[in-house]
Amino acid sequence: MRVVLVGQPNSGKSTIFNAVAGYRSATANFPGSSTTYTTGRVLLTGQELELVDLPGLYSLSSVEDQPGVAVRYLFDESYDVIVNVVDASRLGRSLELTLQLAELGRPMVLALNMVDEAVYHGIEVDQPELGAELGIPVVATIGRRGRGLKELFRTAIQTVWSDRRPPPTRYDREVEGAVERIGTLLGSSSREISLPTRLAALKLLERDPHVMERALAPEDSSLRLQVHAVVADLQNVHGWSADQVVSGSRHTIAHGIEDRVTTLKPPRPGLRERLNRLLMHPVTGGPLMVAILGGFFYLVYGVGQRLEEPLVGLFDQLRAALGGWAPPDTFVGALVGAVVMGIGGGVAIVLPYLLPFLLGLAVLEDTGYLPRIAYILDSFMHRLGLHGKSVLPLILGYGCSVPAIMATRILESERDRRLTTALAAFIPCSARTVVIYGLVAAFVGPLWALAIYLLNLVVVATMGAVMARLVKGASPGLILEIPDLRLPMARTLLAKTWLSLKEFIVIAWPLLILSSAVLGILEWMRADGLLNSLLSPLTVALLGLPAAVGVSLIFGVLRKELTLVMLVQALGLTELAQVPSMMSTGQLVTFTLFVVFYVPCVATVAAMAREVGWRTTGAISALAVVLATVIAVVSRIGFALAG
Amino acid sequence: MTLEQVEPTREALVVAITGGRGVCAHLNTLGIHVGDRVMVVDRAPFRGPILLEVHGSRVALGRGVARQIEVEFGGRRVTLVD
Repeated sequence: MRVVLVGQPNSGKSTIFNAVAGYRSATANFPGSSTTYTTGRVLLTGQELELVDLPGLYSLSSVEDQPGVAVRYLFDESYDVIVNVVDASRLGRSLELTLQLAELGRPMVLALNMVDEAVYHGIEVDQPELGAELGIPVVATIGRRGRGLKELFRTAIQTVWSDRRPPPTRYDREVEGAVERIGTLLGSSSREISLPTRLAALKLLERDPHVMERALAPEDSSLRLQVHAVVADLQNVHGWSADQVVSGSRHTIAHGIEDRVTTLKPPRPGLRERLNRLLMHPVTGGPLMVAILGGFFYLVYGVGQRLEEPLVGLFDQLRAALGGWAPPDTFVGALVGAVVMGIGGGVAIVLPYLLPFLLGLAVLEDTGYLPRIAYILDSFMHRLGLHGKSVLPLILGYGCSVPAIMATRILESERDRRLTTALAAFIPCSARTVVIYGLVAAFVGPLWALAIYLLNLVVVATMGAVMARLVKGASPGLILEIPDLRLPMARTLLAKTWLSLKEFIVIAWPLLILSSAVLGILEWMRADGLLNSLLSPLTVALLGLPAAVGVSLIFGVLRKELTLVMLVQALGLTELAQVPSMMSTGQLVTFTLFVVFYVPCVATVAAMAREVGWRTTGAISALAVVLATVIAVVSRIGFALAG
Repeated sequence: MTLEQVEPTREALVVAITGGRGVCAHLNTLGIHVGDRVMVVDRAPFRGPILLEVHGSRVALGRGVARQIEVEFGGRRVTLVD
């Protein structure tokens, strides 16, 4: 039995999904955190269910250039029951989607989610009354506490068995008349549209481009004209465009239902509301944002440092012990040493910074602070030719470029998506952060590390401003829902951090160990010198770095963390702490700057190609190499001049 | 007048949305239609976005978008000299 979870963005679909199917689907307290659908199998009350968590959608009409993943799934895939998740504190607006989903004519259950939030806002929903109004079963849930979920899915299963389908919505007389006329026209057409006729007729009235394409054959111009005539008639009667008539009519019905089933009590202005005022206030909002992000930076640094030292010491002892058993100049010794280095690099160098960073990012995501940053930075982003929503993918970019680039899908226009993708690739991801912390913060000083982040921001901002002028079109402007602030749940934070960390452990770490072993063998065969000398025009002549960094930069294309771990090995050292003996302050900074900007890693390139195509991806990567070289050369000259 | 000119903490009635189909549809989905009451909560400095409260949820609109929303106070159209 296939159950699809559908709902508006930030209504808690993914939270419900994760609560039943295990943490698998990205959740965050801002709209559009899921961009693809996730499936999971669960056994509930003896019935095997296939759960599908669709990305959030506000409406079945396509606002964007392309119909969303969710709409395509709902129109074309086969499934047994829709579980429509609605945020009880935003009932009226959520029901506008519910009314549209009902037109799909599939068995449907309403999950009245976040009832605790609604109570906090002084809203009480009469659940049986709501069910009677909609003609579908309603189950109250609190997704993040797992309340009501068993009942929800039990009801969903029963609804499938009893084959109970929602009744269609009754619009006003003119709309109903128009729907009937278009329905008759479609009935006489031979084109297969695989949608309920009533739904197709409504969408044609709303002039949904995708349903128009589906239902009206280009060669059948008489049908096209007849449908247009109906649309024009409706517009004449109301004096509004037909899509506004239909959408307005649905709005009235939905809010009518909301008025009848909810009772309002005055909400008590709590601590949360006062905090929200401070965070978004014209005067305090900006400084608080700087303080929060600055505090985040120092916290990651502090925790990372404290974890790193004892772990590095442990692995040094291990390697020393192994060295006695298999000397490093034998093949086995070289291999074992390299593998231990790879394992140790992951545990002792990468994890200490990655762990607090991912946890911190999860807190920022789940509290709902990120959309507030988008609000505060909107006017700044306009100067870059984008708008505030682009801030979300860019901040996610500090975690990993791949989800950041996927998050550009929340942007409305193709132009903004391309620009933001290009910029997101240049934001130092957590892997690059590891290099910045591990080399610069640790050996040159935390202020220098902060300076690298600021320089990166300046470069990204300049690039944005320049590219926005080169790319045609204008940004459509910010339209963003600001969700309520929420206290994150410890369990979700841990699950989420684990999900990102697992990515490192199962993909990056083995790669790290493997690369380390390959480098060990290359060194044992004395073949690494060849690669290094091939790269020496860049590394030595241009950037003034030791020739040995060449191989680490090559491996860095696979994963940026590799540059740091492999650097130690490539320089012929046994531990990170010895690096300053081989590289000067200037070289450390120059190397780190190069690593931060040069070609995005393989995974990022693949994600980019998927979103914006290979040509743009190639251009962005080439730009990255040029930019990295220029910045690193400037840094080298700067350090040379400063002595 | 447009929503851009409304002072914070004032409530206004949406009388027309002059933006294109995409903007209209997007605003509709967030619960902003002609005939809806919206409250301006705040206006971000440096010509930043306008923060609205509409049907109990908060929505941020860029100035450009706010300029495309025609509003009036309590059924009476206010002409603003600016």
